[in-house]
Amino acid sequence: MNYEFHWNTVFQHMPEMLMGAFVTLHVSVLSMLIGIVLAVLLAIVKMNNIKPFSYLATTWVEIARNTPALFQIYMAYFGLGALGIHLSPYIAVLSALVFVNTGYLVETFRGGFQSIPATQYHASKSLGMNSFQVYRYVILPQMFRRIYHPMTNQFVWSILMSSLGILVGMNELSGETQRLQSLSFRTLEYFIVAACLYYLITKLVLFSAGLASKKLFKGEI
Amino acid sequence: MGSFFTPLSWNDSGFILTGVMNTITISLVAIIAGTLLGLVVGFIRSEANKAANTALGAVLDILRSVPLIIQLILFTTYIGAMGHPLDPFVAGSIVLSLYTMAFMAEVFRGGFDSVHGSMITAARSLGMTYWQAVRYVQFPISLRAIFPSWLGVALSVIKDSALVSVIGYMELLRTSEQLISRTQQPLEILIGVGVFYFIISYPLSLYGKYVERKMAV
Amino acid sequence: MISIQNVRKSFGDLEVLKGISLDVNKGEVLSIIGGSGSGKSTLLYCINAIETIQSGKIIVDDIDVHNPSTNQDKLRQKLGMVFQQWNSFPHLTVLENAALAPRIVKGLSKDEALSIAEKELIHVGLGDKFDMYPTKMSGGQQQRLAIARALAMKPDYMLFDEITSALDPELVGEVLDTLRMLREDGMTMICVTHEIAFARDVSDNVAFFNQGVIEEMGTPDQVINNPQKETTRKFLSKVLS
Repeated sequence: MNYEFHWNTVFQHMPEMLMGAFVTLHVSVLSMLIGIVLAVLLAIVKMNNIKPFSYLATTWVEIARNTPALFQIYMAYFGLGALGIHLSPYIAVLSALVFVNTGYLVETFRGGFQSIPATQYHASKSLGMNSFQVYRYVILPQMFRRIYHPMTNQFVWSILMSSLGILVGMNELSGETQRLQSLSFRTLEYFIVAACLYYLITKLVLFSAGLASKKLFKGEI
Repeated sequence: MGSFFTPLSWNDSGFILTGVMNTITISLVAIIAGTLLGLVVGFIRSEANKAANTALGAVLDILRSVPLIIQLILFTTYIGAMGHPLDPFVAGSIVLSLYTMAFMAEVFRGGFDSVHGSMITAARSLGMTYWQAVRYVQFPISLRAIFPSWLGVALSVIKDSALVSVIGYMELLRTSEQLISRTQQPLEILIGVGVFYFIISYPLSLYGKYVERKMAV
Repeated sequence: MISIQNVRKSFGDLEVLKGISLDVNKGEVLSIIGGSGSGKSTLLYCINAIETIQSGKIIVDDIDVHNPSTNQDKLRQKLGMVFQQWNSFPHLTVLENAALAPRIVKGLSKDEALSIAEKELIHVGLGDKFDMYPTKMSGGQQQRLAIARALAMKPDYMLFDEITSALDPELVGEVLDTLRMLREDGMTMICVTHEIAFARDVSDNVAFFNQGVIEEMGTPDQVINNPQKETTRKFLSKVLS
């Protein structure tokens, strides 16, 4: 092994790396929140077969699931640019992540909803509940438990995929790492630290999600 | 007035086709290698003792928790720094295969664990050896059950293979990047790229759903 | 009183109720027996307005169940129903299961709802299970929870749809005992059941359904001990052997 590691420069720029990590979390959280809202709407439209919106929903879901994330980011950044819509790197990456998250979450929500047996609906109705109450107190709480785990996974996926921001010059963790390493050419050191930070972020997210689920969900489904 | 940029023409089709072929090649390599490695690792994970399992699990966990693009950059930088730079295809194949393995291993492990011990016991009670029970009972049952998940991972590998462009492999997306910078027609070219991925991925995902539905009945 | 007047019900081309008429007076217990596909469960779903009907009338205490102007959610408060699958709410504790509807449907305070729920749970013998989650309980216990949950709404009538059919044999007894207790309390009940001995002991009237019509109806002594029709005799000999 004839490579000498120099860590000093990386540690000096640690605050900027951490700032990058913060942007990574920031864009991922935002992409999930917007994605959840859109996915709920599209899932409702799709399950109730409300035309023509259900066609839009299906098209959205299938394109999001069947094309690479990198393609989607390029479309948002370069493709829309050709149409005169110039998005900042942050907005371009955010839009692409929202697009994919929505596509996957629609199917997650649909599956979660369909996994609640119709008999739960009948039983609630037989107790005199109106439809709103059935959803509010019986269906949705059970559905939320079933989609909690896939939603956590989708969040982790968003964090990992936001690293593609490096390709459009975004200042999230990967982009920031790329910028900093170009100042000193300690490429290896910088990216090793970046890898560790990604690992820590995903572990932190999964750990907190696990903790929260223990608080949120007492019974078993 | 002459322009520095030249529009897309039929002469570019050979160039695009190379990109298409390269995307298909590296995806196939990663899927095949990742499946074989994942099968072995998944089997070890399902059978091994706790200590070995934890160690192996940690490595797989890292491969799944660090973005692929960082893994690609790290690997090529590392072998470059060691003084043995690799061809982008080889480097990309290695990283993508290991990445695929990490996901395949969990798919296979889940499949093996889902075959109840009683079935193995039943097979052994018929006089089969351990390996015969694995070969004729555990594998066939679990492999059928995991097919939809396997297909899911394979599809994501095809899409993730686009990232190998970052280290200079001339797959479809990098080919189109170069065409874009020459022609300045990003929209047309990118839509073409999207359509290509969609045409490959969509029918396979439909097939996966079909198989899943058939198995659920 | 529940009055069913010439009710017809079809699923697509398949007519499952072909003109059913019967009355159940306050305090009476009616058992409905019959083979699968005879329409007996469907009738319960129609009484509770979970299913619609094509023609005829179902009157519950002067309320026309299927009249479009009827508030069916309100009507269902009069009618408790327990299903073949126990349908406990898996995300709530036993106590919360029974207290939910009194609180949100009747608008009782949390304390009132809880005390009613506690009383009904103790009544069906689940006094020591308040904080348990239903998925941890046996089918028989979950079915008793479903009964307590329905009783907590203080219904005037109870509808039971083959509530012992999905239970392991050794758990059937505890659920039937709970029903016998309700009979002692004077509850008006319609029980769709396969338990012929239970129907004979507990019912004021027994109706034998066959292919969407009432083949025979009368006291248990008439229908079960001295059936007049060949179809009834055949059915009974099959289930009693």
